[in-house]
Amino acid sequence: MPHDPFSGPTWDVLQDLREIFAYGFMQNAFMAGTIVAIMGGAIGYFVVLRRLAFATEALSHGGFAGATGAVLVHQDVFLGLLAFTSFAGILMGLLGDKLRGRDVAIGATLAFSLALGSLFLTVSTKLAGEAVNILFGNILAISPSDVRFVIFFACVSLLAVGVMYRPLLFASLDPEIAEARGLPVRGLGVAFMLLLGFAVATAVQVVGVLLIFALLILPAATAQQLSARPAHAIGYAVLIGVMCVWLGLVIGFYLPYPPSFFITTLTFLSYLVTRQLGPGRVARGRPLATSGLLVAGSNDAVRL
Amino acid sequence: MIPNLERSASLGGATAEANADSAVVAFENASVAFGQREIWSGANFKLTGGEFVGLIGPNGTGKTTLLRVLLGQVPLATGRVKVLGGPPGRGNPAIGYVPQRRSLAADLAVRGYDLVLLGLVGHKWGFGPASAAERRAVADALESVGASAYADQPVGLLSGGEQQRLLIAQALLTNPKLLLLDEPLASLDLKSQHEIVHLVETIRVERQMAVILVAHDLNPLLEMLDGIVFILNGKVVAGTLDEVVRSDLLSQLYETHVHVHVTSDGHRFVVGA
Repeated sequence: MPHDPFSGPTWDVLQDLREIFAYGFMQNAFMAGTIVAIMGGAIGYFVVLRRLAFATEALSHGGFAGATGAVLVHQDVFLGLLAFTSFAGILMGLLGDKLRGRDVAIGATLAFSLALGSLFLTVSTKLAGEAVNILFGNILAISPSDVRFVIFFACVSLLAVGVMYRPLLFASLDPEIAEARGLPVRGLGVAFMLLLGFAVATAVQVVGVLLIFALLILPAATAQQLSARPAHAIGYAVLIGVMCVWLGLVIGFYLPYPPSFFITTLTFLSYLVTRQLGPGRVARGRPLATSGLLVAGSNDAVRL
Repeated sequence: MIPNLERSASLGGATAEANADSAVVAFENASVAFGQREIWSGANFKLTGGEFVGLIGPNGTGKTTLLRVLLGQVPLATGRVKVLGGPPGRGNPAIGYVPQRRSLAADLAVRGYDLVLLGLVGHKWGFGPASAAERRAVADALESVGASAYADQPVGLLSGGEQQRLLIAQALLTNPKLLLLDEPLASLDLKSQHEIVHLVETIRVERQMAVILVAHDLNPLLEMLDGIVFILNGKVVAGTLDEVVRSDLLSQLYETHVHVHVTSDGHRFVVGA
């Protein structure tokens, strides 16, 4: 008698994977989740470096209005979300330095966007089920056409970050010197915010607008505890993101709870562990020697 | 009374009659205004190359603005300025620049090495490992500022003096003829101030660069300087130490009693400013 995959794993890894990938929705979820995790690690590195965590959160929450609005006017949720986050991203990028320290202004816009979303919810009757998906993500229900959109925009973001890599790193670390050296610091900022808009819209497909931190910030923040070399840190961020997404999807396949919960839990735990035991604690004045753990044991872990 | 409000001052002393085309920096009757508000005026001085010049003045008088004029980021309202024989332009690799900063964020988890390397490769698009020549250039620059030992650590964990050394190393990578340092001594302890001043002097001699160092206190610099540019009450006043560091002149500029004390071995220091 064949094994019923929904009764639990056989713990024969190959057999389990065969069962998981027998489902089209799992294939879609893995494809979209993986590319989003890769992109999230790369973009997220710069988000943490540029201190845009709150702006990212605001973009994402703002996207809720875009997504629910799209349903209201019978448009694709992903495209509505993308239009909103890209537009808001460019706007934030143009404001640039003026945005620094404007937590209240950003928060106010964020609250208004969510309120707008809640209005759209009550106006439209068919939104109720969709709303939970937008808020908390439902990667298992992602449609093949959305998978194509997600892959396209995630690849565009990755490619653009690759092209801008060195100037963007320079402008993120030291905008004044970068500007003195003739780099288009402002243009880079706007371009990055547009890419962040793309990244948010695609990541929402996996974890939803409320859990955006899980994929766009936590893996990168964790990676910065592991290595002070930018290229290595980005590599770690991608690795952590991909691992958490894969594991979250597998656990979510067997348990009757949403994968976004497991993905977020895993990225949160990895952040917590490195934050407590990793070299980062040195920055807060506690000696590394007593922690007993030099993460990864590699020679690019922070040396002291 | 004030030496150069009418005539052009050459701060090197020795080669006073260099023409503006060969000068590293040449200001002629220059002024800067933001909208209707004039920041400073009367800038008339020349650096002919290799000088160590202090740019001194209280906060908010436009010292950084003067550097930004040289970097091509702020236009003059009146007068003329030439940098290395031409008009100021953005991204001139012959100018090394270390901006004023509140010190890098304590949680900045990027190695000093990578920060310095960006001085060489930061304007190139794309990504990729540094070439052997680039790595050697960075290692040399780190060596010349004495920062090799801690370049592998995240910059956020370094002291203010260590961060300054890394930023100076970064500025040296393009072999500049002119080095602009904005308040490199701010928020450093006395020992680090002394070390940075001596480091800048050593590098200046080695590399035959002109250096303009912004500070609000003259004393840590006095032994080293060839010339001084003051910005006080909206006027730019430039001269050699003998011309400018005098009790009567400084008292007039600061509008308070300032005494220039000369020690038995010829060292000067300024009291009351």
